[in-house]
Amino acid sequence: MRLSTTKPASVGSALRPKASIFGLTVKIILIGLVDAFGLFMVSQFFLVDQIGLAAVAILGLVVINVIYWRRGGLAAKYLTPGLVFLLVFQVFVIIYTVIISFTNSGTGHNVSKDSAIESIINNSIVRVEDSPTYDVRVLEQGGNLFLLATSPDGDFFLGGQDEPLKPVVPSKTASGIATEVTGYNTLKLAQIFAVQEELAELTVPLDDNPADGYLRSADGSTAFVFSANLVYDASNDTFVDPSTGNTFVDNGAGNFVDSNGEELQPGWNTAIGFANYAKALGASAQVELLGVFVWTLTYAVSSVALTFGLGLFLAITINGLRGTRLYRSLLILPYAFPVFLSGLIWSGLLNETFGFVNQVLLGGASVPWLQDPILAKISVILVSVWFGFPYFFLVCLGALQSVPPELAEAARVDGAKPSQVFSKITLPLVLVATSPLLVAGFAFSFNDFNTIFVLTGGGPINIDSSISAGATDILITLVYKQAFVNTTVDYGLASAFAVIIFLVITIMSIFLFRRTRSLEEVY
Amino acid sequence: MTTMSSFFSWVAQRGWRHLVAIVMCVFAIFPLLYVVSASFASSGTLTASNQLFASFTFDNYVDLLSDPDRPYLTWWFNTLIIAASAATIALLFGSLAAYAFSRLRFRGRRIGLGALVLTQLFPQFLGVVAIFLLVRTLGDAVPALGLNTHTGLIAVYLGGALGINTYLMYGYFNTVPREIDEAAKIDGASHVRTFFTIILPLVAPILVIVWMITYIAVAGDYVIASAILSDPNMQTATVGLFTLINTFRSDNWGAFSAGAILSALPVVLMFLYGQKYIIGGLSAGSVK
Repeated sequence: MRLSTTKPASVGSALRPKASIFGLTVKIILIGLVDAFGLFMVSQFFLVDQIGLAAVAILGLVVINVIYWRRGGLAAKYLTPGLVFLLVFQVFVIIYTVIISFTNSGTGHNVSKDSAIESIINNSIVRVEDSPTYDVRVLEQGGNLFLLATSPDGDFFLGGQDEPLKPVVPSKTASGIATEVTGYNTLKLAQIFAVQEELAELTVPLDDNPADGYLRSADGSTAFVFSANLVYDASNDTFVDPSTGNTFVDNGAGNFVDSNGEELQPGWNTAIGFANYAKALGASAQVELLGVFVWTLTYAVSSVALTFGLGLFLAITINGLRGTRLYRSLLILPYAFPVFLSGLIWSGLLNETFGFVNQVLLGGASVPWLQDPILAKISVILVSVWFGFPYFFLVCLGALQSVPPELAEAARVDGAKPSQVFSKITLPLVLVATSPLLVAGFAFSFNDFNTIFVLTGGGPINIDSSISAGATDILITLVYKQAFVNTTVDYGLASAFAVIIFLVITIMSIFLFRRTRSLEEVY
Repeated sequence: MTTMSSFFSWVAQRGWRHLVAIVMCVFAIFPLLYVVSASFASSGTLTASNQLFASFTFDNYVDLLSDPDRPYLTWWFNTLIIAASAATIALLFGSLAAYAFSRLRFRGRRIGLGALVLTQLFPQFLGVVAIFLLVRTLGDAVPALGLNTHTGLIAVYLGGALGINTYLMYGYFNTVPREIDEAAKIDGASHVRTFFTIILPLVAPILVIVWMITYIAVAGDYVIASAILSDPNMQTATVGLFTLINTFRSDNWGAFSAGAILSALPVVLMFLYGQKYIIGGLSAGSVK
């Protein structure tokens, strides 16, 4: 499909007008689709009150249209499609992670303060024990619902939302129960079904004092007296328990708490400053987190060192042998098998009771490969070597084969021994060529979630750990467990861990890249 | 005598090297042979899998595909669709960006290249919490981009794949002589035409590699896929198989092995078919 580059100029220019009409049509269709979808998103964002997102989407659409309809600015036209996704799902994600790390987001803190207050109020209204049963009818007037209640004593009352019950003379009764009042429309059963949600929220005060309680009806035919065991005081922003006088105040961390430290649920999502970092790096967790960090480093360094060492050794050993291509084809296979699946296979092989290694290779031993804290650490490193050595073997083989033979030849002519040629010429060149990949490999191992998570899940579990870190947990598995595995998830703390990892990687990379650059300068 | 001494010198010079190579090949391939054997074993337990190639039945495959509680075929096709779409779109966007970096001179080009290298240091899944919350918020407004949708997941992967893909392709695009672009321009081809009909065919090897790398990365991803897809009918094979094996590790071993083999099949075939591209690409990456 290679177009001839020696195509006569006349043909090209004859094609040009046609091609540009075709091109313009395609362009109009593509940008039209983007605009249509973009406007749809904007309208949807407005519908769910995400004004900020709507504004960002509008801005994005304007920028995209300017980029593609103005003349020139060719680079932007090529970069934009990918950049849109990179900005949203990579760059913004990093910024968003930082933002979340300063909040208490997680179990029990997922809503706004207003909705939390509303939920607490709703949850606090409970049926008064042994309270009398009222027979009620649901009335409607001007779109509002009312309850027409007949008390156990046979008195008639009418009241609505925030309108306390008042005695009323019904226009119609049936076997002692009031059913109609002039000026109001009594709802039939089918109509009650239609307003069920509204009815569920209808709380009618018994009298002017809210502490006396409310009348509520779930089914539209009987009602009970409810009372709030918590009353929200909007002027002080506190909840008060009317029976005990116990006061719950906003603790600034997304919960109402009383003087005993008891929290009202749910809490709300709010900024809590450096509290997550204090938790992650605080006195109690510090030692543990340091332990996890040291293990993460140990894992990354030993995994890369062993993987690279084995790969390089193998490349040197095999290079030049008859059958190199066959060996290479076989050794590439682990690399072709999805890491997550081969990790699971290894977890089966190393199973303490039934696994192949214990049962067959060790003749029925029960070595706790993945259950013992120390052995588990060794096992995950060894399996990571299995994952990684084919890659470094291939890379080193490539590097070895690309060392110019003249160099070795010249050294030999100068009287160098083969061992000297290797250690002074070949090896340094291979190292220089592969050192950037060593850095990348280190960064990868530092965050090697798959190997750890699949083999041990971070375990064996350490029950004393305050940050639920197991023996083989590296930082990234800790983040994942905080956010998705533990029973009470803490997005804020997980994000704080993620930000700490970001910083650590940045510092180490700067350091490592400096080192590799100095290595390149030496040779 | 001479044959004996030449044999010993062969062992000393070459033989031990073959021995090392063979031992390492066994180490590399053994777990894969084991899982192939386990998938064809007559009983699906871990213990039964220890007798390598003792029996040859398709029971595990039948078991895997017939249990309505685990829609393996759905998982398999989900993986194929998600990984192939993500890889294809990421390849298109990445090659457009690589072309811009390689052929056009614009303000911010060097910084942009530096930023691409930097993004590689921060794996996307580190931000999995933010991704989860972001996708959930997006889904409230536009359900097609929300949790439990393939489109939402693909969009996330596109963001993560661009940096590394562009960087890999940028280097290769530079090896195509600029004179070819110039000639096409003189012939009256527009820049779009030059890109699609002249440059892309010339860089086909790197396109194959990048497509495969992205496919493999997406098909093997657990972290992001498990956070976004919780509905079993939407999950990928990786997420589904992990749930399958994580709950009853030893009982479902046969079904898991069969599932692993079927999941690995597309990737392994791709590798065998595209081996020369991969090896070429890897060594190029290391030597350049």
